[in-house]
Amino acid sequence: MRHLLRIRGLPVGQARAILDEAPRYLDVADQPVPRTPALLGRTVVLLFREPSTRTRSSFQLAAKRLSAEPLAFASASSSLSKGETFLDTARTLAAMAPDIIVTRSRESGIPELLAREIPTASVVNAGDGISEHPTQALLDAFTIRRHRGRVRGLTVAIIGDLLHSRVFRSNALLLTMLGARVRCAGPPTLMPPGLERLGVEPRPSVEEALRGADAVMVLRIQHERMHDSFIPSRREYFHEFGLTEERLRPTRDAIVLHPGPLNRAVEISSAVADGPRSVILEQVRNGVAVRMAVLAEIARGRPRGRRRRD
Amino acid sequence: MPAPARASPGIGRIFAASELGAAVDRLARRIAAEVPAPLALLGIRRRGVPLALRVARQLEERGRKDVALGELDINLYRDDIHDRGIPRVGKTSIPFAMERRRILLVDDVLFTGRTVRAALTALSHFGRPRAVRLAVLVDRGGRELPIAPDFVGLTVEARPGEFIRVRLEEEDGEDGVFRIDAGADGR
Repeated sequence: MRHLLRIRGLPVGQARAILDEAPRYLDVADQPVPRTPALLGRTVVLLFREPSTRTRSSFQLAAKRLSAEPLAFASASSSLSKGETFLDTARTLAAMAPDIIVTRSRESGIPELLAREIPTASVVNAGDGISEHPTQALLDAFTIRRHRGRVRGLTVAIIGDLLHSRVFRSNALLLTMLGARVRCAGPPTLMPPGLERLGVEPRPSVEEALRGADAVMVLRIQHERMHDSFIPSRREYFHEFGLTEERLRPTRDAIVLHPGPLNRAVEISSAVADGPRSVILEQVRNGVAVRMAVLAEIARGRPRGRRRRD
Repeated sequence: MPAPARASPGIGRIFAASELGAAVDRLARRIAAEVPAPLALLGIRRRGVPLALRVARQLEERGRKDVALGELDINLYRDDIHDRGIPRVGKTSIPFAMERRRILLVDDVLFTGRTVRAALTALSHFGRPRAVRLAVLVDRGGRELPIAPDFVGLTVEARPGEFIRVRLEEEDGEDGVFRIDAGADGR
């Protein structure tokens, strides 16, 4: 695998290979010295042009546990906030000859741009605009697989702000690719067009989306991306779409996922978020292992020791 | 490309199955006498794993009840992965606490010592054993690192370009030690 730009276009065999490798990296986390030398001597640049704590920490930890040299190039502390154009940043980075660039951006399409501008590096998309967040989808699928033993044939309900959600888009693509049925529910103003083309079945209410579900994915209300009034109020939203114990009860044993950070009492009640079906903290733990598997899979495709020094 | 081991004209069997079996017996006898409890055998994948199992069975027959067994994959720790490409993580299984134990690394052939160096690095990520010893079925010489075995089943004098291959029933369908001429096997 040269890059991980999106789930769209990712061969299903490649996705499965990553999910199959990830448990080994969970084992690494349990070692007294949680480190393995798969990326020894490699440089991994974390180019984050949007505030992010968990994804950045997760990639940073993944890179460190693979013995790589992670280099943070975050927006708040870099020239990115001093008016340097993105292409100048990319060229500066290219001159540092990184092996892998992990990128997070407000705009969609940046991963492809970087892959084009820096042909010597591999690019991993850590979330671009409202487009995709492939490693989040992989870690969600991995978490579901660990609880249910498989993904094929399961029913997954995705609830909330689908319109602004790259997590939704990547998950819909990956879960359907792996053979799950994906249903969704949310405010009509936050439903994107073309759900059927994604293979997702829209349902008129949360209750209907949840019926018979094996896993429920709750999406965050993204206030920072909402420039219009998509929802009347947080309280109203919770009343109508929030995941509560009452709504969850008829689903038997569905697990509950959330990509974080949580808006408690907006999209999810505290009782559910902290309850026995919540796998939210496992997602965090699995995220590091899945990102290790992604970085290792990419490094495997990059011959080294022959780096040009001229 | 490596030639198929059996078809190659440069191959000769230097120890038969019976000699290999006797060598494993000798190893077990000396280990039983010289390594105090609690002991753990750690086979280096791949052929060190079935060898460690054979030695462990013999140790148990000799009345040792303290022997734990595990396996170690050292592929990611090799110092030549820069040239060979990165392998996938293999299975490492250390189902015991190392801190109290004496660890006996078990491998089939000792040559340059680089595999053992890699095994020691890998081991250090899993804990701090009380002591580490090295048992090999065959020592063929040609060390490139300051590493010496504690227990040796068979000693072979091999020229630098020659390769010594151990074949085991569990992995290869037969027991034996083979000498391969330089050029007959590119590895």
